[in-house]
Amino acid sequence: MDKFTTLTGIAAPMPLVNIDTDMIIPKQFLKTIHRSGLGKNLFDEMRYDQNGAEIADFVLNQPAWRESQIIVAGDNFGCGSSREHAPWALLDFGIRCVISTSFADIFYNNCFKNGILPIVMPQEVVDVLMDDARKGANARMTVDLENLTVTTSDGQSFPFELDPFRRHCLLNGLDDIGQTMEKSAAIDTFETQMAQSRPWV
Amino acid sequence: MTGNTNAGAPRTLYDKIFDAHVVDRQEDGTCLLYIDRHLVHEVTSPQAFEGLRMTGRKVRAPERTIAVPDHNVPTTAGRESHIDNLESRIQVEELDRNAREFGVHYYPVTDIRQGIVHIVGPEQGWTLPGMTVVCGDSHTATHGAFGALAHGIGTSEVEHVLATQTLIQKKSKNMKVEITGKLRPGVTAKDITLAVIGKTGTAGGTGYVIEYCGEAIRDLSMEGRMTVCNMAIEGGARAGLIAPDEKTFEYCKGRPHAPKGAAWEAALTWWKTLFTDEGAHFDKVVTIRGEDIAPVVTWGTSPEDVLPITANVPAPEDFQGGKVEAARRSLDYMGLEPGTPLNQIRIDAVFIGSCTNGRIEDLRAAAEILRGRHLAEGVRGMVVPGSGLVRHQAEEEGLDRIFTDAGFEWRLAGCSMCLGMNPDQLAPGERCAATSNRNFEGRMGYKGRTHLMSPVMAAAAGIKGHLTDVREMMAPAETV
Repeated sequence: MDKFTTLTGIAAPMPLVNIDTDMIIPKQFLKTIHRSGLGKNLFDEMRYDQNGAEIADFVLNQPAWRESQIIVAGDNFGCGSSREHAPWALLDFGIRCVISTSFADIFYNNCFKNGILPIVMPQEVVDVLMDDARKGANARMTVDLENLTVTTSDGQSFPFELDPFRRHCLLNGLDDIGQTMEKSAAIDTFETQMAQSRPWV
Repeated sequence: MTGNTNAGAPRTLYDKIFDAHVVDRQEDGTCLLYIDRHLVHEVTSPQAFEGLRMTGRKVRAPERTIAVPDHNVPTTAGRESHIDNLESRIQVEELDRNAREFGVHYYPVTDIRQGIVHIVGPEQGWTLPGMTVVCGDSHTATHGAFGALAHGIGTSEVEHVLATQTLIQKKSKNMKVEITGKLRPGVTAKDITLAVIGKTGTAGGTGYVIEYCGEAIRDLSMEGRMTVCNMAIEGGARAGLIAPDEKTFEYCKGRPHAPKGAAWEAALTWWKTLFTDEGAHFDKVVTIRGEDIAPVVTWGTSPEDVLPITANVPAPEDFQGGKVEAARRSLDYMGLEPGTPLNQIRIDAVFIGSCTNGRIEDLRAAAEILRGRHLAEGVRGMVVPGSGLVRHQAEEEGLDRIFTDAGFEWRLAGCSMCLGMNPDQLAPGERCAATSNRNFEGRMGYKGRTHLMSPVMAAAAGIKGHLTDVREMMAPAETV
């Protein structure tokens, strides 16, 4: 997994609330057995018409936001299914950070497994960042995970909070499984105890 | 038990199950949680198995891992020998290869026990009270009906559980949803769970594990409880739970993978301690009177867009904040005019099935409404039993004949139209009365329009050809 330290990039404004995982990556693209290659189908049904032509007014199709690396979104981003194809598609497109007032739980978790930083900010801050994102390609937003701040193109800086363990893993690009494997003795002990206390499991 | 930080203080049901599974607890509260059952399907697992292969890792506990194809499988005859869609076929074949290579329990499409993973688990006795159950599928919440801590995970976490039989978790907050008193006739478990989401919103449960309780929940069958917990995720909650009771134990007893003899007695002794202690703390409490719940339908493209069938389509101006624009977009997508009575919305299709409402009780309830009646002209109907065994049971009871006589197609088990990964899909603009769980844009097919409701409401809509109040079609004393 790639490390995440500091990111300066274009932010796409997506104020719609409840952007669900079916919107992020529709089911027909879940048939892959690979993690990569989903970026072209990110937001597929919002981005392309039935003939596969780009829908001009969709934000990521507009010249100013085609190279976006950040999304500023409405409430409850990523609600719906557990499909990790949603963060895979975001990452494959080039999105490394999503900012919203709230995220659905499973999507939020999945982001960290893929080096994507989801940031929760209060509504009034999201409003400011949304306005900044609307400025387009010449306006770059900066996300600093080391110092836990988001800075707008005109220099307004906002702090955010993040679980220290998640921050540590993201900053260092750590692999969860490798870390847990180091605790296999504790898992062995738990299983031995469980064979006594809950033998039916 | 390991990791129980405040033994003696009153605990919720969630606290108790969580504490009993803590393998390791870091200072910041991040825990390693032991997973008792890992359910696996073909869509969210190929990359996880591939990850194991690339790192030379094994499945740590294949005996606790259960695989079944459900999302992609066609629901028509002949699927045992051939699946037309190449990508679907590859995923099903991959699951087959992975299940055999890694030696996990496996129900292929040729097995009568195959079905939707969340129906197969309880049916086979894999899901038991007090367990931790995960699956790469958000509707894993279903298993909470047994007083099990059950939730969906992403593919990276699937790989993590395969490799370590644990999950890195932080404790969620506790939320209580109490449904007091009795339900009125024609009101079902589906109406409860939709009504709760209508009240709390799709983000109302974010960060929480819900415990459903109250007389109306107690009165539900196990099937009904599974319907309620299934949609905890639509309310944003990580999991939904119901304390196990005699109904739970009765359901589990004698199932193929439930304990027997002395082991059963030992299990029962522990299971009976699985309830929320008097005085335990809930961070959020929602109470709804059972008698206030009417048969409901959704009008929009979020499961929170819930209204009683007696209401009218709302206007965007009825909402506030970001929901105004979302409602405008929903109404446009759904092709609905504000002010239209919901019971005048014409439909093209009826779908009865899914992990929400594909169990035998759901089919019985729908069949009861359909008996001696027929789908309205121009309406197509599809019944997809949740498992091969549900299908078999329904046929034993003659329900298949009631459905086919009413004009429905009687299909093989799978997820089917609920997410439309197989050929069962809505055409653009087609409007469906569905017993499934998500009315998202494009969910059941590109530009398809979904109205969520209970099996009896969906059956009634099929007969009338428009959304309708099932209570008008029930005999005065009839209860569902």
